[in-house]
Amino acid sequence: MAEFVRVDSSTSSHTMDKSIILPPDEIFRNLENAKRFAIDIGGSLTKLAYYSTVQHKVAKVRSFDHTSKEATNDNLYEISVQEEVTARLHFIKFENAYIETCLDFIKDHLVNTDTKVIKATGGGAHKFKELIERKLGLKVDKEDEMTCLIKGCNFVLRNIPHEAFVFAKHTESEYRFQTTQPDIFPYLLVNIGSGVSIVKVESEDKFERIGGSSIGGGTFWGLGALLTKTKGFDELLQLASKGQHTSVDMLVKDIYGGSYGSLGLTGDLIASSFGKSATADKEFSKEDMAKSLLHMISNDIGQLACLYAKMHNLSRVYFGGFFIRGHPVTMHTITYSINFFTKGEVQALFLRHEGYLGAIGAFLKGAEEDNPNQYSWGENYAGSSGLMSVSPDMNPMQRARSGTFDMLEMDRLERKLVNLPLLQDASSYIPDTVDLIEDAPAREYWLFCFEEALDGVVKRAVASQPDMPEAAERAEKFRQKYRHKLQTLRHQPFAYGSLTVRSLLDTREHCLNEFNFPDPYCKIKQQENDMALKYYQKAVKALDGLSWEQRQFALVRGVLAGNVFDWGAKAVSDVLESDPEFGFEQAKRQLEERPWLVDSYDQWFERLKGPPHKCALFFVDNSGVDIILGVMPFVRELLSRGTEVVLASNSGPALNDVTNGELQILTESIAAMDPVIQSSLEEDRLILVQSGSSSPCLDLSRLDKVLAMVVRERNIDLVIIEGMGRAIHTNYYAMLSCESLKMAVIKNSWLADRLGGKLFSVVFKYEVPITDHISAALTP
Amino acid sequence: MDIGGTLVKLVYFEPVDITAEEEQEEVENLKSIRRYLTSNVAYGKTGVRDVHLELRNLTMCGRTGNLHFIRFPTQAMPRFIQMGRDKNFSSLHTTLCATGGGAYKFENEFRSMADLELLKLDELDCLIRGLLYVDRVSFNGHPEGYYFENPSDTQSCVKKTCTLDNPFPMLLVNIGSGVSILAVYSENDYKRVTGTSLGGGTFLGLCCLLTGCETFEEALEMASKGDSTNVDKLVKDIYGGDYERFGLQGSAVASSFGHMMSKEKRDSISKEDLAKATLVTITNNIGSIARMCAVNEKIERVVFVGNFLRINTVSTKLLAYAMDFWSKGQLRALFLEHEGYFGAVGALLELHKTTEDP
Repeated sequence: MAEFVRVDSSTSSHTMDKSIILPPDEIFRNLENAKRFAIDIGGSLTKLAYYSTVQHKVAKVRSFDHTSKEATNDNLYEISVQEEVTARLHFIKFENAYIETCLDFIKDHLVNTDTKVIKATGGGAHKFKELIERKLGLKVDKEDEMTCLIKGCNFVLRNIPHEAFVFAKHTESEYRFQTTQPDIFPYLLVNIGSGVSIVKVESEDKFERIGGSSIGGGTFWGLGALLTKTKGFDELLQLASKGQHTSVDMLVKDIYGGSYGSLGLTGDLIASSFGKSATADKEFSKEDMAKSLLHMISNDIGQLACLYAKMHNLSRVYFGGFFIRGHPVTMHTITYSINFFTKGEVQALFLRHEGYLGAIGAFLKGAEEDNPNQYSWGENYAGSSGLMSVSPDMNPMQRARSGTFDMLEMDRLERKLVNLPLLQDASSYIPDTVDLIEDAPAREYWLFCFEEALDGVVKRAVASQPDMPEAAERAEKFRQKYRHKLQTLRHQPFAYGSLTVRSLLDTREHCLNEFNFPDPYCKIKQQENDMALKYYQKAVKALDGLSWEQRQFALVRGVLAGNVFDWGAKAVSDVLESDPEFGFEQAKRQLEERPWLVDSYDQWFERLKGPPHKCALFFVDNSGVDIILGVMPFVRELLSRGTEVVLASNSGPALNDVTNGELQILTESIAAMDPVIQSSLEEDRLILVQSGSSSPCLDLSRLDKVLAMVVRERNIDLVIIEGMGRAIHTNYYAMLSCESLKMAVIKNSWLADRLGGKLFSVVFKYEVPITDHISAALTP
Repeated sequence: MDIGGTLVKLVYFEPVDITAEEEQEEVENLKSIRRYLTSNVAYGKTGVRDVHLELRNLTMCGRTGNLHFIRFPTQAMPRFIQMGRDKNFSSLHTTLCATGGGAYKFENEFRSMADLELLKLDELDCLIRGLLYVDRVSFNGHPEGYYFENPSDTQSCVKKTCTLDNPFPMLLVNIGSGVSILAVYSENDYKRVTGTSLGGGTFLGLCCLLTGCETFEEALEMASKGDSTNVDKLVKDIYGGDYERFGLQGSAVASSFGHMMSKEKRDSISKEDLAKATLVTITNNIGSIARMCAVNEKIERVVFVGNFLRINTVSTKLLAYAMDFWSKGQLRALFLEHEGYFGAVGALLELHKTTEDP
């Protein structure tokens, strides 16, 4: 049910004294362009939402008009930095005590907006209605709380991977994030505010409150305050976390002397909550009573949730409301209760952005004419605070943050993202190979690795903008921001969902973009592309001179050697930086000799002797030697065999990965030299599509809708994934419903060690879906 | 006897057709025990005989007699065992049939202190057998069961008696210290659907802590004078009226003890109000769980038993109302006069069974 309204004025006045720790313009960002405000005022926290347009710099490539060639410029294409306007959603959470300060700040900075209305929800909305209207001059328009909650819930489940998690207290990593389900419905939302509402959600617009209970957070707080003479909710939770419920509760063993075997009730089970306080004539400690009360309420809510889930045959049950709100203590007791009552059949799920649901929903209600649901949105790691633990024993750094401001920013993605239709099982697909939340040594290593690489990235960023004098200053801000993110993740690895090498890379890209370094590697990519193009014809000619058998192997080696050229890998960037002559041939010599670390070349070779593939989808990696001298000749051979090829490259820049824009230009100039490529382009047998991603890694569950369409139309029967980021950090275990080839060179000695290899070990993984084998075997 | 978490329920069959011959043979010890039990209505400080529940002129094992119902707190068990030793029960060569958790917990003490062997019986088996038996023999010619007519209307709500003709299937909700919910399909075919730890023990336990009261009677007395809406937050306290989007009436409880989040309200609340709120909270919760179990198990008749309902018309009426209102008249709540004694009766019946077929 509704959130409580804090009547306890003493607590609020004391928080009033706290100064806003972050400068407000770093909190309420882009207010100049803000429109469509929404506000959710709960019992103690206010959540403000608005929409803004963000101008940021993007790097564009444009090929020179070679007919009017300027003598001084022998580059293939020019790079220009352009302003692009994108949409962003801002959500800010702060204590109610700050409302007035915040409203003042917004009023002062809100220029040229045509916004007239602010959507409001939450139990405290009416209390601050007059204040908001007076300060902002906006009309407060109240929206139904539960409708907002559900709308917000649908939005985060759909747009934020790893939004939901299960909580397991006594494991290495307490937070276990769930993969995004292709279909989020139906689900049960159990909102534990002062009372409990249980809502069944069947679709975006169809939901129903199927039940509830009056025993909720308000009962814990109210009854707890009476029993323990403790005022605050958090204090009560703290008491509970120290108590022993067994001194207050009557257990099965208190009645039976042991377990009640025939019913399978163990002796430690609570037979009667507070049962001992009815009979034992003694004083009970505050801690023990609080603990007993917490168990009583959590178990009761868990039981009701299970009964409703069973009644409506639902297995996905999310818990939210102020009783839960990131408190490990209550997440644990609810999880325990659900496990007990369903015998493990239903898992209690919690949400990373649970506190924002109402504000998100209210915002969406007000933005219906912009139809935010027709786009895909992505969490901006640079502008979002991430999940914080509010456990009583949190470290001082977290404590300092908890009293201030929490932010969530969502960027509208240019492209609608969908699943790759070739995933064997989309609902169980996990892109990332290693979960750094669970794997502590791996986490240590990668956090260290990214921190160490930071100097180089800063240097590269500055160098990418030689004619901008303030670049150094911005780069320094970037360094601080990213270092702070890494520090946060060291303490709270779960802050942004699953912690992975991919998320660390993506966070870095987000932070670079934040400080207007849209493409730090643009110059390097340009140089390398120009250089590699000069060798293309020579390389192709050399390959054509080989026997068929030799050529197949040389092509694979070429792709692998090309993949050694990678500024993203520290071992390589050191070499590249110190020795610019480091050539393609030298790279081949660096490669591990067969048998490789993972080596299914023989099977691949056998397959090549068979009929050609219908159409191959190739996820490419780096610019320069990799794409031009490694991938293109390989693609050329496929085309010559009669296989169509779809080249999928990044939509936006990431490290030195080739972008779709660059690849268009490169392919055209290769076509000018190579009739095979030329005719394939003309005949539409070679096409270029963008992946929808701007990451050095690859999430096959979030790909450009157009790419998915092409995959369906062309009957893709071979997927090739190249490079460490896309084939090892991610997708190493991805199961596809067609043949697949994963090729990468391991350019990180720690990872090589992990996988049992050494630096420059080769992964060549050719896989045929098992079902095909079976059906082939069954076919007479 | 049925030794529960809070109360011990004892039933005693007193044959009234004892012939002079039998009287002669009877050991003096047994006579003295019979005299002690039947001539008193209170035993020690805490034992009580529920005279109004006595079943008269019952025929058991071919004997006619009266069935007496006695209860005392489980805390007094050590004293009871002591008495068994003092009165030399073991010399009677009779079997003491015991059920409830205490049959297991106190087994060793019975043996070592009073030289008595208990015949331990499953409490749910006993509960169902005893319940069906008492319903069958009737309450001295009157029906054992009752229900409330017009439970949703406080003005016209009246208690009506009934028998459990064709009792199966029934959802049996036994509210003792904790609560067990059983789906019963026949005398021997039943399952425990679920249970909750929020039961009579919770009501009394919380009342003791909140009001300083000491007994169930005291707690109920206070509750009957209280007003729970001073303690609970209602839908209208939050929404100013009904919450129409979800069809919730303004008078529905939104948050039990919700007003107690505020210090001013905590400081001004009466013990009676707190006792009433505790009673309403526990009762509504049991009603809610029972109703969902009934729906999940597809059973329309819900029978509430257990000592929590003793002298507790607030709860019985509330349960009747909750079943009727939330199921839109689909479910009917039934109650039985011998509330908490069925386990003990079931155990006694087992004794007769064992003596019949040796």
